Amino acid sequence: MLKDQDRIFLNLYGERDWGLKGARARGIWDGTKDLLALGRETIVEIVKESELRGRGGAGFPTGLKWSFMPKDSDGRPHYLAVNADESEPGSCKDREILRNDPHILLEGCLVAGFAMGAHAAYIYIRGEYWEPLQRLEAAIAEAYEAGLLGKDACGSGWAFDVYVTRGAGAYICGEETAMLESLEGKKGQPRLKPPFPAQVGLYGCPTTVNNVETIAVAPTILRRGAAWFKGIGRPKNTGTKIFSLSGHVNTPCNVEEEMGIPLKDLIEKHGGGVRGGWDNLLAVVPGGSSVPCIPKPICDEVLMDFDSLREVKSGLGTAAVIVMDKSTDIVEAITRFSHFYMHESCGQCTPCREGTGWMYRVMKRMMKGQAEVEEIDMLLDVTYQVEGHTICALGDAAAWPIQGLVRHFRPELERRIKDYKAKRQPAVAAE
Amino acid sequence: MRVTSYRDPETGGFAFSEEAKAKADAYVARYPEGRQASAVLWLLYLAQEQNGGWLDDAAIEYVARYLQMAPIRVHEVASFFTMFNHQPLGRHHIQVCRTTSCWLRGSDEIVAACLEETGCGRLGATSDDGLFTVSEVECLGACANAPMFQVGDRDYFEDLTPDTARAVVRALRDGKPVQPGSQSGRTSSEPPADNRRTLLAEAGQG
Repeated sequence: MLKDQDRIFLNLYGERDWGLKGARARGIWDGTKDLLALGRETIVEIVKESELRGRGGAGFPTGLKWSFMPKDSDGRPHYLAVNADESEPGSCKDREILRNDPHILLEGCLVAGFAMGAHAAYIYIRGEYWEPLQRLEAAIAEAYEAGLLGKDACGSGWAFDVYVTRGAGAYICGEETAMLESLEGKKGQPRLKPPFPAQVGLYGCPTTVNNVETIAVAPTILRRGAAWFKGIGRPKNTGTKIFSLSGHVNTPCNVEEEMGIPLKDLIEKHGGGVRGGWDNLLAVVPGGSSVPCIPKPICDEVLMDFDSLREVKSGLGTAAVIVMDKSTDIVEAITRFSHFYMHESCGQCTPCREGTGWMYRVMKRMMKGQAEVEEIDMLLDVTYQVEGHTICALGDAAAWPIQGLVRHFRPELERRIKDYKAKRQPAVAAE
Repeated sequence: MRVTSYRDPETGGFAFSEEAKAKADAYVARYPEGRQASAVLWLLYLAQEQNGGWLDDAAIEYVARYLQMAPIRVHEVASFFTMFNHQPLGRHHIQVCRTTSCWLRGSDEIVAACLEETGCGRLGATSDDGLFTVSEVECLGACANAPMFQVGDRDYFEDLTPDTARAVVRALRDGKPVQPGSQSGRTSSEPPADNRRTLLAEAGQG
């Protein structure tokens, strides 16, 4: 288990002062000027060396992403955009960072922004997060007041501004290019890539979009060294991670743990175990709604990191662990995800706009067994026709939970169909 | 954004108060010169607040004029995002999270309790006293504190049971103070003391 001295988020639960005084007592904003003095390239090298992977779901190596930004400005300003539009069902980690430790994010913005040659960061926070928004704005005001942000941020000579934009309830704005569209004042529909944001991003300028947690861990990595961060977890899956435990666990919670912790340990130690004991476990969605569920036999063994979960055809996503015990109607659980994606599809690409609604309607029938057995394969076929045929990954995210359901629970779907038929057809008349 | 051949916005007499104007200008100042459209969400929130919790065409077009945007662009944004309401709602808009994490922990019972206690009867309807509208919404991102609902565009009420949900509704009806956040006494999303293994010094146990 991760030791308390190796934790990055020391006020995850909001039991200490979230303001500047409290943050400083936790070592935030301590010698930030010296971190910047390392220089742009060294910072990017250290982050590369630490093998930090993006915490927003896709797990792209962060240092590499930062290095895509042009070395020298061609006259266009560079921007850092921070994705605080946390909306993935199951995920509630960024909210705790935003409201309980906003300064750790602001320091990260400065360090990361400096490393990519940006003088401004925009934090796009989801509209529903009112309390986190108030705290974040207050923290920004404190930071300006103390000279930590502004014309001469932390006395480094680097001018750096942080601004907040409030979203308004669209999941799709958590997709990086949709977020940039929304930041520009348009409806949040994703852009085609390429060009990638590092070349043409916000206002047509080079931009890097990172998740809150990714940005927030950067200063600690620079302070304690890449070797320290790399020493936690497994190769290519390093460091600490905030896991969100929800659903049928005895004590749902957020907890910072080492990457690669066994799923069973995570649930038993921090979640207080599955309701009714480990043997009462049916399935787990290990990384937020967009990753396929895994049934108990896989949960017994699997490690919680990007590569281990990919091996079992699921994913770490945002590390939002949704636990379902044997009382769960697994088909309805997945149908609720399908409803979510139907609701959140931005409507730009036909396969997703039409497909998400189609999949939801079939899933709704599958819940009752009101279908033909052949339709299971037809449903699966449609998920493959949506997956990979849309501008952004929302289509994929809508397809994967259903693929996971069919992969692991096909007998349950067939049983419902048979039961439904049996109930509807009167017993064959004895002749 | 440059307005070319578009029709003029029809603001129908809607205008920001002096206070809202000051806020709007401060939001516009967050974005580079000429990029004032970036502040559209902020201004729509201001308009919605001033208009009593919903946006009519006049308010939307006022925002368009304020930001020199084509009216259609603002209509697009206002209809794309779910937090902008296009008809009047009850004074307290109770939005119960329905997505899987909350559903697993009993969001259906929370919905039933809210519908009954508010007297709304069905989802989306406003109670006769005009105080409440109950809706189901998609994941609000407080999954470790499920089930939960949000009131208006602000306060979260978390770790609900049907009884505590009813208590919140009653308090809102009676105009009594309500404490947002966890209704089961948690600070945020920490495990209870008897199963706490991390940050023990912070919890006063270390």
